[in-house]
Amino acid sequence: MMIITCPWCGPRNETEFHYGGEAGVAYPADPGVLSDEEWGRFLFVRSNPKGVLHERWSHNAGCRRWFSVHRDTVTHEVGPAR
Amino acid sequence: MSQPFRHPDRGRVDRTRPLTFRFGDRTMTGFAGDTLASALLANGVHEVARSVNLGRPRGIVTAGVEEPSAVVQIEAPFPEPMLTATTVEVYDGLVAHPLRGQGWLAPEPDSARYDAVWAHCEVLVVGAGAAGIAAAADAAASTGDRVILVDERPPRPSEVPAGVRLLTRTTVVGYYDDNFLVAVQRRTNHLGAAAPLEQARERLWRIRAGRVVLATGAHERLIPFPDNDRPGIMLAGAALAYLRDYGVLVGRRALVYTNNDTAYRVADELRGAGVDVVVADTRADAPAADLPGARLSGVLGDRRVTGVRVAGRQLDVDAVLVTGGFSPVLHLYSQAGGRLRYDDGLGALLPDGCRQRVEVVGAAAGVGLPRCGPPPMPEPSDADGRTFVDLQRDVTIAEVRRATGAGLRSVEHVKRYTTAGTAHDQGKTSGLLTSATVAAALGSSAAEVGVTTFRPPYVPVSFATLAGRDRDDLFDAARLTPIHDWHLARGAPFENVGQWKRAWYYPRDGEDMAAAVTRECRAARTGVAMMDASTLGKIDVQGPDAGEFLDRLYTNVMSTLAIGAVRYGVMCRLDGMVFDDGTVARLTADRFLVTTTTGNAAAVLDWMEEWLQTEWPHLRVWCTSVTEQWATVALVGPGARGVLARVAPDLAVDVESFPFMRWRDATVAGLPARVFRISFSGELAYEINVATWHGYALWQALMTAGADAGITPYGTETMHVLRAEKGYPIVGQDTDGTVTPDDLGLGWAIRKSTKDFVGRRSLSRPDTARSDRKHLVGLLPDDPTLLLVEGAHIVGHTPLGPPPVPYLGHVTSSYPSVALGRTFALALVTSGRQRIGERLYATVNGTLIPVEVTSHVLYDPEGARRDG
Repeated sequence: MMIITCPWCGPRNETEFHYGGEAGVAYPADPGVLSDEEWGRFLFVRSNPKGVLHERWSHNAGCRRWFSVHRDTVTHEVGPAR
Repeated sequence: MSQPFRHPDRGRVDRTRPLTFRFGDRTMTGFAGDTLASALLANGVHEVARSVNLGRPRGIVTAGVEEPSAVVQIEAPFPEPMLTATTVEVYDGLVAHPLRGQGWLAPEPDSARYDAVWAHCEVLVVGAGAAGIAAAADAAASTGDRVILVDERPPRPSEVPAGVRLLTRTTVVGYYDDNFLVAVQRRTNHLGAAAPLEQARERLWRIRAGRVVLATGAHERLIPFPDNDRPGIMLAGAALAYLRDYGVLVGRRALVYTNNDTAYRVADELRGAGVDVVVADTRADAPAADLPGARLSGVLGDRRVTGVRVAGRQLDVDAVLVTGGFSPVLHLYSQAGGRLRYDDGLGALLPDGCRQRVEVVGAAAGVGLPRCGPPPMPEPSDADGRTFVDLQRDVTIAEVRRATGAGLRSVEHVKRYTTAGTAHDQGKTSGLLTSATVAAALGSSAAEVGVTTFRPPYVPVSFATLAGRDRDDLFDAARLTPIHDWHLARGAPFENVGQWKRAWYYPRDGEDMAAAVTRECRAARTGVAMMDASTLGKIDVQGPDAGEFLDRLYTNVMSTLAIGAVRYGVMCRLDGMVFDDGTVARLTADRFLVTTTTGNAAAVLDWMEEWLQTEWPHLRVWCTSVTEQWATVALVGPGARGVLARVAPDLAVDVESFPFMRWRDATVAGLPARVFRISFSGELAYEINVATWHGYALWQALMTAGADAGITPYGTETMHVLRAEKGYPIVGQDTDGTVTPDDLGLGWAIRKSTKDFVGRRSLSRPDTARSDRKHLVGLLPDDPTLLLVEGAHIVGHTPLGPPPVPYLGHVTSSYPSVALGRTFALALVTSGRQRIGERLYATVNGTLIPVEVTSHVLYDPEGARRDG
């Protein structure tokens, strides 16, 4: 079980957190001007790397705050957002 | 004679404490400290099981957890299937049976307790052999370090270093991220019926360690030869363990068959205990061997080995003791993410680096292991189908060769094709044998072929242990409304909605569910009825930007809502599919009360928080759940106004003063209350909210006030019927995450302005904008008494004709209706709204039921009843 460091509460067990997928995928300023393809890419396409991923977590069983970390999808090493 | 194979003085069993047990139909004795295997061997019993597929007699192969063969069923004191005789400690009253493959579970619940505990330490040492004890002593010498030493065996007289916490009869079964390890401690299993009930039988340890030292030793390997599964054939190291630890001779005349030097120590010690030993060594250059360069080509005997053919001779023996080298026990290391490398000198895999803070010591790191190659493989022959690689799965060399012959190259594929390594023992003694067989067949090497991935658990773990105390009532919390006891006293069955227990219906004497629901529905439509709606999700949304925030999440506009007004709202996910629905009431300029479906309350609050924190942190909005702060009673029916007037004399309840979709603060039954004119039935209805601790009092006051009018409590089933008659969808029943607001007939709830809301862009994607999507419609079976099954498929014609039959949709809700005088259903049907008036067919138990497609609003479509 991974230890994830919540920026508010400190290091806690993975089971206290909820995964939120890749970070840095901003909601478009005006979705109405996007083409179907651009909107589809925003909705469904993520980088899915084998290696370090910048991703979002929420400390659901703790302070309920969202934050992001860098996690290696192969080794599960978790580090702070860079 | 009792225990004829017990050596007069060797071993560490307690000869002052004889124990009586039964195996199959024989009653035998052993001593305290025996395992079932050692006690059986002391009594001369080798055959203890049958093989799962072939039914061949099987014996005891090892003296530990790696046992591939001696799987037994425990019958008493409590049935447990598939335990290895080598790990079951003998106690008085033990009853066991030989097994062929699977065993059987107890028919009654296990009365024993199971528990779990967390532990944290700087150093965790796994394995209390010499290397483990030394590592623990070293670690304990560092001041202040918490050191835990775990060992799978019963306590031994060996020295425990000071400052070390020792857990015996404890097996580490999993090694996970960030040095998190899980161990199972067997606390009272060895006591049998004498186990104290108040003590947990097994305890699950969840251990977080700063660093880990693995001193897990090595498992000896077999050598393949024809009929190498006969009872009486075991690992040489096991024979030594039975002599040293239990004072048991595994035979009188033994052949030791080896490819390494450890055999000679075994032979010497067995000879010293009075056993005749012949050593056959597969290596030509083996000066100490009786038979160097030997091949064991055949075994005599059926249910017990009686002789061997080796090096062209026939020998009478009653035991064959095999050593094909050793495999370091690196299961946990591998689970931790450790890499392995093949060492030619040892013919084994060794640790080769790990990202976690773990160190491997002793035999597990290859220290003290004999030089030897991989197990020598026999030349292909007729006997390949009797030459076993994996005893428990009955996998032979012939089968492995069949797999490679079928084109499989990866040992992982061979494992799945043959099932080698998939039994309870996970191939502890056979894994490298399978690899060597694959390598030989492919003309490759064991180094290149490798071994299959090691996965937790290291040994089988019972579900009871994993469940611990999280059973029955403690498995999942039950959420009860403040009116629960009343429902209980009225004999209402309950429906689970998430964790909530909701009253389902209130049967009167002799009523079944259908009769009760008919009566409750009639009361709501013609008189007055009430329901406990406290489970409805409620979220308090506050802040100067609360209106703007709700505009972004709901498909319709909320910021224009007047104080005192209520609006129905629908929420979509980003993909445009309906996520939840409910009402929004404006309490003040910067405060809204949002209701959600009972099951989605937490998800909606999470959804709000996610948007506020990650996308719109500049919005000044704060949300909190108030679900459990309010008790809610829905007062429903043409008679509802009269009952409310009686309990709330200060509240103007006439239509003009208190119109539909408004809320008012009032005193109801002497209690401070907030009353909403909301209807989920189409009838005149009030949802009365009071503080949770007043909920029971409100309920009783309404029951009393409505007694003259025959006020009728109703449950969730009646609620479902009433709402379905009106075509109100239930998110999660009539939707499944592929349904847009328009599909549900809620297109009116989508704002006309171009202002964005979450999911809006998706509604104009080509697929979501199609006109032939599935729409929510009503279905009326031609036979008005016939009830469709929820989930039934809908097709366009009968007979079905050849497949594929075009599928038009499915039934989402189906009820008998007293208001309609017939049965009806809601369904999602392709182009449903264009099909109104058409005849379609629903499949029920394989027959096609003709139905007519109608609007989904079947009762009071003009909405004439909502004002009473």
